[in-house]
Amino acid sequence: MMINTTAIYVLWLREMKRFLRAKSRVVGALAMPLFFLAFLGLGFRKLAIPGISGEVDYIRFLVPGIIGMSILFSSTFGGLSVLWDREFGFLKEIMVAPVSRVSIVFGRIAGGATTTLIQAILILGISHIMGFKISSVSSVLLALVFMTLISITFLGLGLIFASKMRDMQGFSIVMNFVIFPLFFLSGALYPLENFPPWLRYVSKVDPLTYGVDGLRASLIGVSSFSLLTNFALLLVFSSVMIVLGAYFFEKSESV
Amino acid sequence: MHEHAIKVEDLTKSFNGLAAVDHISFTVRSGELFGLLGPNGAGKTTTINMLSTLLKSTSGYGEVAGHDISKSKDDIRRSIGVVFQEPALDIKLTGKENLEFHAMMYGLKKKERKERVEEVLKLVELTEKKDVLVENFSGGMKRRLEIARGLIHKPEVLFLDEPTLGLDAQTRHHIWDYIKKLNKEGGVTIILTTHYMEEADFLCDRIAIMDRGKFVAMDIPARLKDILGGDVVSMEIEGKADALIDRINSLEWVKNMTRHNETLSLTMEKGERRIPQLINVARENGVNVTCVHLRKPSLEDVFLHFTGRTIREEEASKTERNRATIRARMRRRMGRR
Repeated sequence: MMINTTAIYVLWLREMKRFLRAKSRVVGALAMPLFFLAFLGLGFRKLAIPGISGEVDYIRFLVPGIIGMSILFSSTFGGLSVLWDREFGFLKEIMVAPVSRVSIVFGRIAGGATTTLIQAILILGISHIMGFKISSVSSVLLALVFMTLISITFLGLGLIFASKMRDMQGFSIVMNFVIFPLFFLSGALYPLENFPPWLRYVSKVDPLTYGVDGLRASLIGVSSFSLLTNFALLLVFSSVMIVLGAYFFEKSESV
Repeated sequence: MHEHAIKVEDLTKSFNGLAAVDHISFTVRSGELFGLLGPNGAGKTTTINMLSTLLKSTSGYGEVAGHDISKSKDDIRRSIGVVFQEPALDIKLTGKENLEFHAMMYGLKKKERKERVEEVLKLVELTEKKDVLVENFSGGMKRRLEIARGLIHKPEVLFLDEPTLGLDAQTRHHIWDYIKKLNKEGGVTIILTTHYMEEADFLCDRIAIMDRGKFVAMDIPARLKDILGGDVVSMEIEGKADALIDRINSLEWVKNMTRHNETLSLTMEKGERRIPQLINVARENGVNVTCVHLRKPSLEDVFLHFTGRTIREEEASKTERNRATIRARMRRRMGRR
């Protein structure tokens, strides 16, 4: 296994250039989470939701969930963007280059994770302006660790799907049968304690559950699992996804 | 430098049991400009994809720049440049950025990278457009940029898959000049695929004619045309042709005759001097000649000779088949409603 740092860097650089040039993409990626945050936050503001302790209001509970959601969406799409490169032919240019396939996967993950993190930080910043209190710098740094791990996990997932699909036609299937269930099962919008027991078990195999819970632990200090549990499990999930993503990408044929 | 830039033995690629490339064998000398000529779907691109490590072969052996295609993929990738049939540029980057991306992927150091990028930009006359986003490039500019990109890392072997497909005549001739120059002055071995006869004829030192996954002929263009034994006179005729055909068959200076609907194609030496005679013969046999056409042999005729079909026909029948499938599908859908 040979890692080519220049290749990783140049793939990352390409993603940055594209990202900075596509202003509308950034705005679009921020709009949905912010709408979720604004409308759900305002709509459920007065409700006492069981499972959320009295001193935490719903908006506070919601912010980490929405950040998790935005990372889930943009990372999975980031992984799937291999399909766009295939569609536009650029994938072939990457695939005939004399660099290991693992470097290509790492380059993609580096690029995808950076753009995702920028978006997540922007959402956190906007929430802060809207009144979401951030307790300390260290809590933000801790949150960044979780953001990165969530992002890597779902970039890997996106890559697996991209390697298995020929074109964008399966996109809505992935969207409706994978991304949305992962989102709803994660407890981003409500405490998982309200789920019936069997569904709580299902939610325990959803990596985003630990991501959102870890974000809550670091940002608002309230969580279902311990910080360490979240971190450890997410580390395992992200490692497994990277390995699987790289494996399937290597296996897939580029033409 | 290796004596053979490419060596292929019994190379085969099947998709779901159907052979797209069917036991082909050939070698290309270093410095040669070798052409794969054939209609769409003949297996040219599949061959290129196997040789450039993008597709695994089903069976057979292939060697590019001295490296085994199934074992030393990275070595091959370092020694080749590829210009794909469909554009493979990042349209959201500028021309220069596309080139720099490539140079970095191929491990060129900063100083060399700068020099090479400038050099190839100049070669394809895109220096002034280097900072324009590729999405604003014309088809011809994109092609030139891709050829430039394929050259940055000084490959031993350059693959060009339909390099002038969809370009206007002027741009096409421009690109032909580049290709010739690269090959003759730069000494790059070039493998190109095309379904344009005149392109293969003009550019290639040697041509393999490919049809349905197999090579039907392989030689230098002049000798391929020699096979036909002279000029081709085509006559469009009206009336019952049987007697005329018998009569023509008895003429010893007619070397070959094929009938294609209302057109007779005859092969002979010094065709221009025989036309008056042919018209007389036709009149004697009660056949009216409505049109006569004299052609020095082209590769189109060679293709016809080996496959019994013209390349254009081959493509037309494919379009027809596609249309028929679409129509059938539409009918089924309508029926369901």
